[in-house]
Amino acid sequence: MAGKTLYDKLWDAHLVTEREDGSALIYIDRQIIHEVTSPQAFEGLRLAGRQPWRSGASVATIDHNVPTTPFNNASDIVDDTSRIQVQTLQDNTRQFGITEYGIGDVRQGIVHVMAPEQGAVLPGMTVVCGDSHTSTNGALGCLAHGIGTSEVEHVLATQTLVAQKMKNMQVRVEGELGPGVTAKDVVLHIIGVIGTAGGNGHAIEFAGSAIRSLSLEGRMTVCNMSIEAGARAGMVAVDDTTIDYVRGRPGAPKGADWDKAEAYWRGLVSDPDAEFDTLVEIDAADIRPQVSWGTSPEMVVPVDGVLPDPADEADEVKRSGMERAYQYMGLKPGIRTSDIKLDRVFIGSCTNSRIEDLRAAAQVAKGHKKADSVKQVLVVPGSGLVKQQAEKEGLDKIFIEAGFEWRQPGCSMCLAMNPDRLQPGEHCASTSNRNFEGRQGNGGRTHLVSPAMAAAAAVAGHFVDIRDLAPADQTA
Amino acid sequence: MEKFVKYTGLVAPLDRANVDTDQIIPKQFLKSIKRTGFGPNLFDEWRYLDEGFPGQDNEKRPKNPDFVLNKPQYQGASVLLTRRNFGCGSSREHAPWALMDFGFRAIIAPSYADIFYNNCFKNGLLPIVLPEATVDGLFKAEAASTDFQLTIDLANQQVMTPDGEAIGFEIDEFRKHCLLNGLDEIGLTLQQSDAIREYESRRLAAEPWIFQEPQKQ
Ligand code: SF4
Repeated sequence: MAGKTLYDKLWDAHLVTEREDGSALIYIDRQIIHEVTSPQAFEGLRLAGRQPWRSGASVATIDHNVPTTPFNNASDIVDDTSRIQVQTLQDNTRQFGITEYGIGDVRQGIVHVMAPEQGAVLPGMTVVCGDSHTSTNGALGCLAHGIGTSEVEHVLATQTLVAQKMKNMQVRVEGELGPGVTAKDVVLHIIGVIGTAGGNGHAIEFAGSAIRSLSLEGRMTVCNMSIEAGARAGMVAVDDTTIDYVRGRPGAPKGADWDKAEAYWRGLVSDPDAEFDTLVEIDAADIRPQVSWGTSPEMVVPVDGVLPDPADEADEVKRSGMERAYQYMGLKPGIRTSDIKLDRVFIGSCTNSRIEDLRAAAQVAKGHKKADSVKQVLVVPGSGLVKQQAEKEGLDKIFIEAGFEWRQPGCSMCLAMNPDRLQPGEHCASTSNRNFEGRQGNGGRTHLVSPAMAAAAAVAGHFVDIRDLAPADQTA
Repeated sequence: MEKFVKYTGLVAPLDRANVDTDQIIPKQFLKSIKRTGFGPNLFDEWRYLDEGFPGQDNEKRPKNPDFVLNKPQYQGASVLLTRRNFGCGSSREHAPWALMDFGFRAIIAPSYADIFYNNCFKNGLLPIVLPEATVDGLFKAEAASTDFQLTIDLANQQVMTPDGEAIGFEIDEFRKHCLLNGLDEIGLTLQQSDAIREYESRRLAAEPWIFQEPQKQ
């Protein structure tokens, strides 16, 4: 019998019962809750007169709607509907006895930044949240994926999820990453290769020496965008990097429990003889810094490449998608990425708002000023703790001196539910994960890049190849 | 949840691949704390020429006459015919809520994004998967006729075309059962409370740290 994949192990460990029809009930160890996808779930509980199965299994925070300019109370939020959602979460978590890191709490932040930071997510757990980027947490060697609001209610009420086992996919990136090539470039390259539906129906394990070489934060960046490759869950096997990251976090086990946990976690790797339904092999040497040019995350080119010609695309559906993207983006095939003029730059989101992302951006921005043609550069830390750390290191000063804006934690311009947004037609270099039409504001045009590339673009006013900057400015 | 047994409805063709949930219901409308009322803002950026925000009188907004759902012949459509990877992107359940609220009961496409597909079933919306070539044939048949209606027979897993052709489709048994009977999944799961408790006590013994509550202070 073939060995088990990491996903198989996580699945088996959480199986409560299997049903005759092929579906299964899996146990959920941790649910993370935010203000946008939870109100209807709590409402459902109330309507049915149900209580949470185990309120201590959940942890909540506010992120999507919060302003990134300072505020003290929910009542300071000007936008009516945002305020109502923030207040509704407060009311719901109080009523149902769920811990919330709310306004003014230094732990508040983007769900997928806050949860691992607090050790609320540990290796070997099943983790869900009403948010598709929950896959971020899979970097810790756990099974983490997004769910819909009805499922949020189901997990609250039963601590389980009705699920079907996904297929196993492994994406192996072998070799050494070149200078200036970051985790973000790795994942954008992968999506460019397998496409936005490439991972549909699969749980992806990211493996190979290039993935191992990434920090835990970098692995989170990669797992974060699994959903952009069509996979609900992405994960990385446990190794020293994982263990070192978890040790000492508020939610990490202590003493004898720690030793027992560590021993168990170290087994959370795919067996050498495990078989995958789909295997994708990528040579790290092929990965260059990436820039997305279109309206789907698979529409990427290396920074030194030219924008592709739809005429060269054989697949009719893809070709028309490319043509529509060119129209929306106001760009032409054949131009270089450096020909794209940028109006705004956004450094943040659950993909790239952790401390090392901010360090990478600051290293590039240091001693420079944003280009006059760039109207705004937003730097939005992923959590209050990231913000605190960055300020301790003086990164905020570097950004402010460069003419960037240093903001409060939240999702911000990643999805423009708060006042941070693009105007129609504006081009934005963004470290977020989605370049869909209107994602960063109606008519806005998003280009996905790494934090270092975004900072360099802010300084130049257009994309520049981070590898061309003086070696002292380089970030790996 | 409403039962879905057999249903006949007018087909609206949305000839695009990779329609994401941000397009189905743009984020500014996610701020509602209800499950209903999203229909008028379904496909908001394509349906209207101005920028939409919550609380507007949608009747007064300028409509995009070229968008399929605004054309007179598709008024009252309840079956959406579309291309591959429908519903990709964000996990928002507001997408199926908006489609249902608008009046759609079924979708036909070659493939769907996983979370969206799942969310449809929780709300009585039936996402049907048919091969790419079959979907293409339906697009052509629709274009060549007026008032193109399809009958969807969930019990027998068939889509019936106006000229009597029956196209079979696959669906998972449990989902079919829940949809046919309009069952509440939470109630069903709670019938297995003993199994859940038993599982918990096993885990609690082996991995007590899993049950550590998030730090409050
Ligand atoms: S930062 Fe963006 S992608 Fe991440 S949770 Fe917030 S809105 Fe979603």
